[in-house]
Amino acid sequence: MSRGAVHLWAAQRVTALFLGVAVAVHLVTIIIAVRGGLSAAEILGRTQGATAWFLFYCAFALAAGLHAAIGLRTIAAEWLGWRGRGFDLAWLGIGLLTGLFGVRAAWGLYVA
Amino acid sequence: METLKAPETLKVRVWRGDAAGGEFAEYAVPARENQTVLDVVTEIQREIEPTLAYRFACRVGMCGSCAMEVNGRARWTCRTHVRRVARPGEVLELRPLANLPVIRDLATDMAPFFDKWARARGQFQPKDAGDGAVPDDFAVVPPESKARREADAGIECIGCGVCYASCDIVAWNPDYLGPAAMNRAWTLVNDVRDGARGARLEAVSGDAGCHSCHSTQSCTQHCPKNLDPSSAIAGLKRSLFWDSLLGRRG
Repeated sequence: MSRGAVHLWAAQRVTALFLGVAVAVHLVTIIIAVRGGLSAAEILGRTQGATAWFLFYCAFALAAGLHAAIGLRTIAAEWLGWRGRGFDLAWLGIGLLTGLFGVRAAWGLYVA
Repeated sequence: METLKAPETLKVRVWRGDAAGGEFAEYAVPARENQTVLDVVTEIQREIEPTLAYRFACRVGMCGSCAMEVNGRARWTCRTHVRRVARPGEVLELRPLANLPVIRDLATDMAPFFDKWARARGQFQPKDAGDGAVPDDFAVVPPESKARREADAGIECIGCGVCYASCDIVAWNPDYLGPAAMNRAWTLVNDVRDGARGARLEAVSGDAGCHSCHSTQSCTQHCPKNLDPSSAIAGLKRSLFWDSLLGRRG
């Protein structure tokens, strides 16, 4: 388990590093789109087939899902005593699942 | 003509009990110009309550055995003047160290604390003489080398348990090794004469080890020796990260 913990720890730091940049890009993009007065249809027109944006949001969603799940795992262990392999696998599943919700949303904008 | 002033009194609340539980008892002792918290405890035991259990040895900040919780904060009672922690008229409140089993009153059982030093592989393991033989030559350790300076930073720990009692993670996870054990491990990881780096890093990794530390630094804040266990734990995380990434972990 200790090897696994090193990997979880490293994954949370690496995702944090990426999220720092990704959140900034995301917010700036939203502000530019809103202040530029783009309509929903115009935004969709720009996201359809935009592979770079699709890949960016896939990475963003997966990083956010994993980062949050690893953090919640720690809080649950400390406050609720939820420890052990079963809980670890459940948190990994929750992280991937929430990440995949984001990927699904990005896919919707990509192919819409 | 000088008038005789009645001595002021100091009110002290002392936790009395054992592993099964307990409660505070109140005592009043003469307030003196110069008195340490340990002086107060000793005065209560000698003059008022002979059954009060507490622990001390050197009385001068060398042994670390008189640590207790003074007004909510773990401290060496021998090096804590009453006037530093309680203004005139304020009550002094004494409890046994947190995060450790209570034997009786102010004396805690330090065994779990030292067992964790052993679990963190806090013993020096000579690289050149694993079987206990004397090495052929002296090891040359340049005082200015990075490893030596890292080891120096943590080597003065006397194992008083103040950091351990101040650590939230120990309170949340009874298996957590705690700041002192990992500070010790970090000094040995930086000891170039030591041959157990891999096994030691393995011992301090994971949820019971350095990866659970939130770096809130209560240990560093409260260490009576002004050591920085929080940085030592961060060093262990760094070493484990790079050793794992570069495939150096056997």
